[in-house]
Formats: sequence, C-alpha cells, structure tokens
Amino acid sequence: MAAREDILTAIRDRGPAPRELPHVPDFRQGPDDLISLFTAALARLDGQAVTQPPADLQRWLAETFPGASRICSAVPEVAGTLPPFSGWAAPADVDVTVVRTPLGVAETGSILLTENELAVTTAAVLAQHLVVLLDPADLTENIHGAYQHPAFQKAAYAVLLSGPSGSADIGGTTVHPAQGVTTLTVILSPRTTPGTGEL
Amino acid sequence: MKPVDQARNALAFLEDDTHEHAFDKLIWGLREQRDAAAREVGEWEELRTLASQIKEHTLSNLAHYLELFEARATRNGAQVHWARDAHEHNQIVYDILSAHGAQRLVKSKSMLTEECEMRPFLERRGIQVTETDLGERIQQLDDQPPSHIVGPGWQKTTRDVAELFGRVYGSDPERADPVYLAHVMREHTRPLILQADAGMTGANFAVAQTGAVVTVTNEGNADLSGNVPKLRICSVGIEKIIPGPAELAVFIRLLTRSATGERITQYTSHFAAPREGGTMHIVLVDNGRTQRLADERFWPSLKCIRCGACMNTCPVYRRSGGLSYGATYMGPIGLITMPAADARRYRELPFASTINGSCTNVCPVQINIHEQIYQWREVMDANGEFSATKKAAMKLAGNLLSHPRAYRAAAEAGGAALRVLPHFAIYNRLNAWGRHRDIPSPAKETFHQWYARNRGGAHPAEEPAGEATAGTEDADHGRA
Repeated sequence: MAAREDILTAIRDRGPAPRELPHVPDFRQGPDDLISLFTAALARLDGQAVTQPPADLQRWLAETFPGASRICSAVPEVAGTLPPFSGWAAPADVDVTVVRTPLGVAETGSILLTENELAVTTAAVLAQHLVVLLDPADLTENIHGAYQHPAFQKAAYAVLLSGPSGSADIGGTTVHPAQGVTTLTVILSPRTTPGTGEL
Repeated sequence: MKPVDQARNALAFLEDDTHEHAFDKLIWGLREQRDAAAREVGEWEELRTLASQIKEHTLSNLAHYLELFEARATRNGAQVHWARDAHEHNQIVYDILSAHGAQRLVKSKSMLTEECEMRPFLERRGIQVTETDLGERIQQLDDQPPSHIVGPGWQKTTRDVAELFGRVYGSDPERADPVYLAHVMREHTRPLILQADAGMTGANFAVAQTGAVVTVTNEGNADLSGNVPKLRICSVGIEKIIPGPAELAVFIRLLTRSATGERITQYTSHFAAPREGGTMHIVLVDNGRTQRLADERFWPSLKCIRCGACMNTCPVYRRSGGLSYGATYMGPIGLITMPAADARRYRELPFASTINGSCTNVCPVQINIHEQIYQWREVMDANGEFSATKKAAMKLAGNLLSHPRAYRAAAEAGGAALRVLPHFAIYNRLNAWGRHRDIPSPAKETFHQWYARNRGGAHPAEEPAGEATAGTEDADHGRA
C-alpha cells in the first residue's frame, strides 16, 4: 500500500489549512400542494404522473400497455407474469416493471428505488416501461429532505429516478429512450398494505 | 510533447460556418437555461457559497475523509485501491479485469478515465471497451476525445452523427434524426451491456460517511454498466470526496441546473456496496491532485464538480470548439487544470480567454477561475514559456497602456485608419482578430475626445497628481 501512504502523506504535509464545515439548512418552505409540484417536475423530464389511482391496477396496465405480456411486479396490487430472474441481465426482455417507491421528491419529480423494493434492480432500468406506485404521504418537499431518508445510509444501491432514460447528446435535443426505460409512469396511490412488496 | 496551439486549432473549426454556428447556439442555449434554472431557486447564491465551503472543508481535511470513505466502503464489501498516477490506475484496472478473466468491459462516461487514457491502455492488452454514454460512444466510434465534459459529441451536428453511424453501423446516413440515431445506438449497445464481463463507472461524488459512489446520468447507462455485470469497478478522483448525504444534497441541486438547466438528471445513482453475487472495486486516483492541493493559488480548482457551466458561458470556448484545446478538460476549467498537469504542453491555454470573469460568476462552487487564468499567465511568464512574439506584443501593450498620451494617440490613429484603409489592408493574415469576424465600425470619436468636447478640459484621470479628486479618479477607473 505504498501508493496509499504516499498520497495521504502528501495531503497531510502540503494540503491547505483546515476550513470549517458549514451547516446545511433544509430550505423547507412548506408548500401546500406537493403532488402538483411533483407532477410538474416529473413532466419536465418527460415522466408521467397519474394522480387518481386506477381502481383496478391490473386492468389499467392491460389498457395502458396492450402489447405487454412480460410483466415484472414487486407490488401486491399487480400479479406479475414472470418467474424469478436467473441473472441481472435477464430483465432485458421485460415489457413492464411495477414497483412501489418509498420516497418521492416534489422539487425534482424523483422517486427512490433500492434493492429493498426490487431485489434485481436492473428490472427497473432494463424494462421497456416502468410503473411506480407512490403514496402521497411519502412525498418530501426537496432534495435536502430526500437525503434524510435512511436508504442513503443503508442501501447497497439507491437511485433517484426522475424521468425515462434520455439523451441530449446528439445536437442537444433530448430524445427517449437511451439505454434505460422508454417510459416512466408514477401513480399516486396510497399503500393498501403496510410495508413494501419485494420481488 | 509539442505545445498545443489552441488558437491555430480553433481556426480549422472556424473555417466551417455550419459547425461554428450550431455549436455556439447549442452551448449558449445551455447557458441561458442555466440562468433560468438558477433564478427559480431563491437560495441559489447561498447554495453556491455552501458548496464552495463544503468543498474547501473537505479538501482541507482530505486525508481524514479519504480514510473515512475507505473504511466505510471496505465495511460495505468493496475493495479499495489507491493509484498515484494514470499508469498505476490503468494497471490496477487491468489487473482486476485479468484476475476475473474479464475481456469485455462496458463503462459510463468518466473524465478521469479519459485523463488516464485508460481505453487505449486496456485495448492494447486485448480488452474490448465499450462506452455506453451516447455522446462518449459517438466520440469513441469516431476516434476522437470528448469536445465537452457533459456532452462529449456536441461539436458534431446531427448530420455528422448520421454519417458516422451509417459508416460504422450501416444505418441510414441520410437520416439526421436524433430519435432514430439514439435508437440505432440502443440496438447496438444494449447487447454489449448484457454480455459484458465487467462494468465501470466514474464518480460525480464519493460520500465518505456511507462509502457510496454517486453518478449522475440521463441515460441510466451507469446503472446498467454498474449493475448488470458481476464485476463493478469505480474510478474516483480523490477530490470527489464529500462528507455525507446532507452535503450531497447541495451538490445535486446545483450540478444539473448549472450544466443543462434541468433540476436533476433522470438517474442519480448511489453505489454503496456490491450487488448480490457481485464484486465491487473502487480505485482512488491522485494523478497530480495532491500536487495541485499543495499550491495555495491553484488548489481551489479542485472544487470543480464538472458541470461545464464555465465552458458554456465562455465566448472563446463557444467559438473555438472543444477539440481545439487538445486537452481532457477544455474551456476555462481546462485553462487552469491542464497546465498543472503539463505546463509546457499547455503553455498557451491560459491565453485562450478574455478574462471577462463570466466563468467565475456561473461556477456553482465559486472557483475564482478568471483570477487563476491570470495567475497561470504569470506562471508561464516566470517559467519562460512566453513565445518571442507574445513577449514583444505584451511589451508593446504594456508600454502603450502605461502611457495615457501614447494610448490616446494610438486609439485615435487606429480609429482614423480603420475608416480609410482598404479591405485588404485590414483583413489579412497579420490581423488575427479579423480572420473570422468583422472589425466593428470605429466610433466617430474616442471617449477622451467626447469628454473634452462635452465636459471641457482634460479627463480627470490625466490631470497632474494631487489636482484630481481621488474619489472621482477611482470611480472613473471602476467604470472603465
């Protein structure tokens, strides 16, 4: 570990004098309508929100994605059609993944996913379409609030998803999809059962 | 290596109006979107100050935070490696790949791996390396380095990409449609991701308290590169460390807004531990950073979070193209980081600036970029890196600017000459300024002539010492 010691010694011997760490406020303003803020922010990156949860989610899925036959579900509200994945590349042919998020962020239209919600997390990135259930009670106002969520201390992998995969790398025009999901739909839907489903 | 002549390189870019105008429009558009995004956040300036203070705190306690990060990442199950320079980094990555028998590597965009020239290093040793970021892949296929740190292929028009994909992938070269082209890329790259033996990411941030490597992408390609293969390698510059999630929030709010004007990217991903059944390696890389940290003038450049805002606002960058810098980091941030890596090779870069200060004003971590550019010019002078021509020009300018009467005479003569000289006498190879732009029409009179006519007498600044009001003189200079 000579490199480690060389680097640390060089820093200690020649680095700048210590500066104070500032306190980071939460910048909360307490807006009334987090759902509207969330929906508008999500739309900026071409994600869609469904603010009135469908009475029959299974039927909604069939109507919204009529060609979808390979459905990966990690929620009790929907029955999936797939056996457990054999590997982390296996979700590549999934049509729709349905999962419940433990957190939504109004400022950015983001939802959180970790291995707790979806054991094989690539099912959320490789699927053609991602449908996310979000309990309005799990909305937080801004990114400062979001990072207080315990997932950012504990999860092996945590992603804040804020829209379908896109790229503006060709001529600066944003197009979908790039390598990830083609569409992202967030359904504002209170939990029917305590806890989260797990695949 | 021969010094990079940025001005000469820019000439080639400027020869083609189509590219120059498209690039300028795209890049300035990003700057305008950044402004709009900043305006909607009431605490924007407070966030910039916080970000700067957090970075300064972390960089001034870097050994502590690196050890904290290492301990936490190790506890999470990752293996942490340390690399003093680019070669050590590349060798570590290759050794990890070899130990796992990995021959196909997919990776997300990482300026650090560009800096280390890792791709050719691995390819020479038989590793197939696939860039999964669309822009980076475009540049890889065209055998070019990135032209922008956020959008590597932005110097190309959509038509250029259509032609490139037609040549490489056999797609329709006439179909200059970004949706179609992104689809072509997806069809060709996803199979490579699914079959890869190893995946690699860079790091936008590394969180000491949690051991997490954080990446920010629009495509989700870091998530796929980092999660699909069993073997994950993350290359992290040591300056990317920040204390914890509370501090991370400040940077996440600033980064994308500064880069593209959006509030956040589609994927903000935190890799803290190997995925189930997988292995995770983190390579902490110095490569000149500790040397920069020791320089009291230039260490604040290590606060950079690679948003590209300084590039987007820079008139020289927008009109030169990113490739003209011949450097991993281009634009204003490149002017103050590349000479630290190789003062001889990048001796001309500090002069690719008008020092207008706009880069400093938009920097989300308040790096004094334009001041450092000026300081690098001083370093180049002290090191004897000025060319004879530059020395002569500087001496002439110095004399002129320190003698008001001589300056005034030159300004008046210059204006008069521009009014009467024929075209060929103004636009020729001796006048670099006029090569790709029209010389502005000269004013009918200089400010001093106007002042003498309207206010009477000499300009206060020119009156003998002691006669002018001190306050007035300062105020006038301030407005100049």
